[in-house]
Amino acid sequence: MAKLDTHGVVSNLLAEYAACIDADELERWPGFFTEQAHYRITTKFNHARELPVGIIDARNRNMLEDRVASLRKANIYEPQRYRHIISAVRLTGEDGDTVRAEASFMVVRTMIDGSQDLFLSGRYLDKIDLSDTRPLFLDKLVILDSDKIDTLLAIPL
Amino acid sequence: MNRTPIHEATEDWPNDGLTRVPYALYDSPEIYARERRRLFMGPIWNVLGFDCEVPNPGDYKTTNIGDVPVVLLRGKDGSLKGFENRCSHRGALLCLEKFGNAKAFTCVYHAWSYDEDGDLVGVAFQNGVGGEGGMPDDFRREEHGLRRLKIASLSGLVFGSFDPDVPDLEDYLGPDIVSRIRRVLPRPVRILGYYTQTLRNNWKLYAENVKDPYHASILHSFFTTFRVNRLSQQGGIIIDGDGAHHVSYSKLDRRDGDQEYEAEKLRADKDDFGLKDPAILGGRDEFDDGITLQILTVFPGLVLQQVRNNLVMRQIVPRGVDRTDLVWTNYGFADDDAELADLRLLQANFIGPAGYISMEDGAVGAFVQRALPGTGGETSVVMMGGDEVASSASRVTEASIRGFWKAYRRVMDI
Repeated sequence: MAKLDTHGVVSNLLAEYAACIDADELERWPGFFTEQAHYRITTKFNHARELPVGIIDARNRNMLEDRVASLRKANIYEPQRYRHIISAVRLTGEDGDTVRAEASFMVVRTMIDGSQDLFLSGRYLDKIDLSDTRPLFLDKLVILDSDKIDTLLAIPL
Repeated sequence: MNRTPIHEATEDWPNDGLTRVPYALYDSPEIYARERRRLFMGPIWNVLGFDCEVPNPGDYKTTNIGDVPVVLLRGKDGSLKGFENRCSHRGALLCLEKFGNAKAFTCVYHAWSYDEDGDLVGVAFQNGVGGEGGMPDDFRREEHGLRRLKIASLSGLVFGSFDPDVPDLEDYLGPDIVSRIRRVLPRPVRILGYYTQTLRNNWKLYAENVKDPYHASILHSFFTTFRVNRLSQQGGIIIDGDGAHHVSYSKLDRRDGDQEYEAEKLRADKDDFGLKDPAILGGRDEFDDGITLQILTVFPGLVLQQVRNNLVMRQIVPRGVDRTDLVWTNYGFADDDAELADLRLLQANFIGPAGYISMEDGAVGAFVQRALPGTGGETSVVMMGGDEVASSASRVTEASIRGFWKAYRRVMDI
């Protein structure tokens, strides 16, 4: 049952995480991470060849807050929203209060004119800290299935 | 000069007119076909990649010249070779993978087989089966090789051309561009990773965008928003003699990257507008010249970019009149120390489809493309800085865009 509980906690964390982004409440997004968390978006191609560059590469929560601040104040892009569809959540390792998990995601992007596309798909490789009352990402690696990104990637995944 | 108008909208384009650009050039299938034939497959050099991407004999990489699929490979003798990625029999792609290693190149469709020089060395059932069928006696394998590329490289950056009479690469580039390419490729390269940004606009809108320093501080407001120490006016634009290629560069004023970083850290603590973690603003003067930004273009489809310590080769690949792939190859050097290697990755946050100072370029070309329907025979205006195509100390100029059109009109004969 403990295993099931952990799976439930992780699934719920991913659901809350996606709901935050999809509701455009990005100011709350860094709060899903620990202070020293690493968040990186890469591609399956680069990941398989151990090529280290990220499309986004944030090494702590302050950098995530800077990312949000830039999106809100500096960057220019057409209004758009995501809908995350997350599935196939599975636990891949446990070490004390730290759990490793993997999940698949699809993101549908809806533009202000109503046009919709399957924007990106991929998987999350997560390391999650369960020691506190609220689970937090210690590390979140977003691996895109494709290395093509349509137009731009402003909102995080 | 007698010109046969190839599109009604370019009929009235004055022969010396570089300050006006007909909008029809961005959505005409006739123009697109002419660009493929005269420009991309013509007497120009197109970037194919880095020689370190095909290190061993038999290694190959698939890429594009314009939208034409090509293969770059390393021969048995260590030399670089290239050919069109298309079987001479029924026209299927020969290589499907991005990278691979092959002794021979065999088409999956009917197993016609080619050697590293693109010569046809095998035809399945050439002599038929049991005395029946097969190729006629006058079929000559040597008449059915692949279309070869001429290959040349500079500091590990590899170029290819379909035209065997293309000028020598260094003559094509000119001395100013050659030295500025060498500047950002001083040592053996290590590839740090790839991604591709799909732009919903004609390829020329992106080619102009990277030659346009006028828009940089206006559209990309990251530095001004966060009140980061402004780039000084030290810098300028270098345009090669013909106008085709350019370099835009700038230096940080007085304070070097580390000092700026320290100042930013102090300010961030008491200022809501600062970055909470200004580590991205750090940097090292690795080329010993104080230049922190260099955008270099080689006509028509190469961009070599230095943003502080982040180095990228960008390849502009047309995918139809209103679609372009921008292929980003992040690189560093094989002997980078750990700190510098990490800095390149951290500063990759500035660039790419999610880049703080580049994401807008993924959309702005599409804003032009989507507004094309009403343009008819109208033209855009390229008058900033006058009508000259000349190097200048000012970056408030569109001279390098005019240079693009000067070269374009010459090669396209339009």
